[in-house]
Parts: sequence; C-alpha cells; structure tokens
Amino acid sequence: MTAPALRTSALLRIVTRVAVTLLAVALATAMLDLPSPTTSLAQIVQQHLGDSGVRHPVTAVLLNFRAYDTLLEIAVLLLAVLGGLALRLAAGDSPMPAAASASPVLAGLVHLLVPLIVLLAGYLLWAGAHRPGGAFQAGAVLAAAGVLLRLAGRWTPLLPPSALARGGLLIGFIVFLTVALSALLTGGVLLEYPRTWASELILLIEAVLSVSIGLMLLSLFSGATTPGRR
Amino acid sequence: MSGGLLYAFTGASLVALGLYALIVYAHLLRKILAFNVMGSGVFLVLVGLAQRAGAADPVPQAMVLTGIVVAVSATALALALMRRLFTDSGATTLDETD
Repeated sequence: MTAPALRTSALLRIVTRVAVTLLAVALATAMLDLPSPTTSLAQIVQQHLGDSGVRHPVTAVLLNFRAYDTLLEIAVLLLAVLGGLALRLAAGDSPMPAAASASPVLAGLVHLLVPLIVLLAGYLLWAGAHRPGGAFQAGAVLAAAGVLLRLAGRWTPLLPPSALARGGLLIGFIVFLTVALSALLTGGVLLEYPRTWASELILLIEAVLSVSIGLMLLSLFSGATTPGRR
Repeated sequence: MSGGLLYAFTGASLVALGLYALIVYAHLLRKILAFNVMGSGVFLVLVGLAQRAGAADPVPQAMVLTGIVVAVSATALALALMRRLFTDSGATTLDETD
C-alpha cells in the first residue's frame, strides 16, 4: 500500500535514485579493482583444521578459530530477547489465549512433524562437526517446531517466560562464557580449548547453544504475534 | 567474470536498492525491510568477494552465518519497537508532523 502521504517528494526520489545508482556503480568498480589477497584464510583454516576438534571448516571457524564472534553474537541475541520481552511485558500484553485449532488436519500435521523436527535438529547438531550444520541451524529448526506449536494453538510459550524457560534462554551464553573464562583462569588465553578436549567442549557448547538459540528465536517470534488490538 | 564476482555485484545492487527504499519510504515496516535488504547485500558481497578466485572461504562464510542470526534478532527487536510505537501512539512513521 503506497499512500502518497507515506512517500517523500518526487524531487528527493529522483535525487536518491541517481545517488544510489552511482553508489552501486562505485561499489562494483571498487570490487573490480581489488587486489587479490596475498594470504589465503581458507588455506590457513585447512592447515589448522586438525587442531580444531571438528572436521568441517565453517564449524571450526565459528566455534574455535573465531569463537569470540560467536560468543558476542549470543550476547547480542540475548540482549535482543531481553529488549523484546521488556517491551512486551511493560505493555501489559497478556499472551493470546491459545486458540483451540479447529482444523484436525493442522493438529495431525503438528503431531507428525514436531517429533521429526526435533530429530532433525539433533541430526544437524551432530552433523555440524563434519559437514554443513551446527548449533545455529539446529536452533533455527527447533524454533520452527515451537512456532508450529504456537500457530496450532498448542502452546503459548515464553510470555512471560517461566523459570525453566529463562534458564533455557541463558544456558547457552553461560556455558559458552564459562568455557571461555576457564581457559583464561587455567593460564591460557580467552576461549583457548584444551586440545584433547576440543571436540567434546565444542559439542557441549553447540548442544546448549542450540537449545538457547531455539528458545531465543521462539521468544522473539511469540513476542510479536499478538495483533495490536487497540 | 567469475561467479563470485557476480554475487558481489548482486550484493552491491541490493545495498543500493535497500538504501533507496530506506530513504524514500517513511513507513517503518518498509524501512526495516529495506535495512534487511541492505544487510543481505552486504552478506552477498562478503561471501561473493571471498570466493571470486574460485574456492569458497570458510572464514567469511562463518561471519555471514553469525551476521544472519544477529540480523534476525535485530529485526525482531525493531519490529517489537515498531509495534510498541503503534500501540502507544498509532503512528507507523517517525514523521513528527503526523
């Protein structure tokens, strides 16, 4: 719906159009001129893959070589969830009463799908060590199961979150941070896993991350579904 | 021209398109969508440029994976803020003349 009042003046539109076209051309020219990198990160990752505790390069980067990014990412996710919950709870919104779904097809489908989805999430988590997969994919799939339950009216989760759900939201960050800091306390550097334990630690972190990420995404979703009745 | 570079060019176009929509449309939902399109463009540039020599590079791929999750959560927070604004004031834009 493009009501005229929601758009800016014709002049601004034309100027913007020209400006963004120039921007796109400038970006493309800059990309063509880029010198090829002198060091190949892909090769470095490949050389050290044996030390990382996993066999898939992307997982190795995410959970080992650049685990700092992942740790901060979970912190950001947690902040977003807290922000969403704060907005929601301050508004005094009560969760939508779980509308008993009238459709037997939907109910049957949910019955069939949710166990399969949980199984798939477990597989993705396990597969992350040697092929594409891992905590984020598993978490997203778990969240999808929750969304499905929510849409079918079977479950009104996380509004406000119970103590258990709060623990679930937090556990990924807490476990990750504990592992990161314990390396520091035992004389290493932040996030340096003991080499013999790297595989197990990564699997542990990924498992709790999957649960937390799933709950976080679900919490963000269910924080936004009640239509704004005014 | 390699496939990777084509992805990067597509990404640059998406950034430009998103920026245009971000400036031109006042409705907050459109602005949030435009910002997401820009973000997707940046991800494409990152992944595309890194593999313009041929082989895929796991480092930018992992960073983009991180970025996608952060973008999703930021979008959700933005939508929650927008909904709160609508519930409180009925406004869908930040235009103060409304």
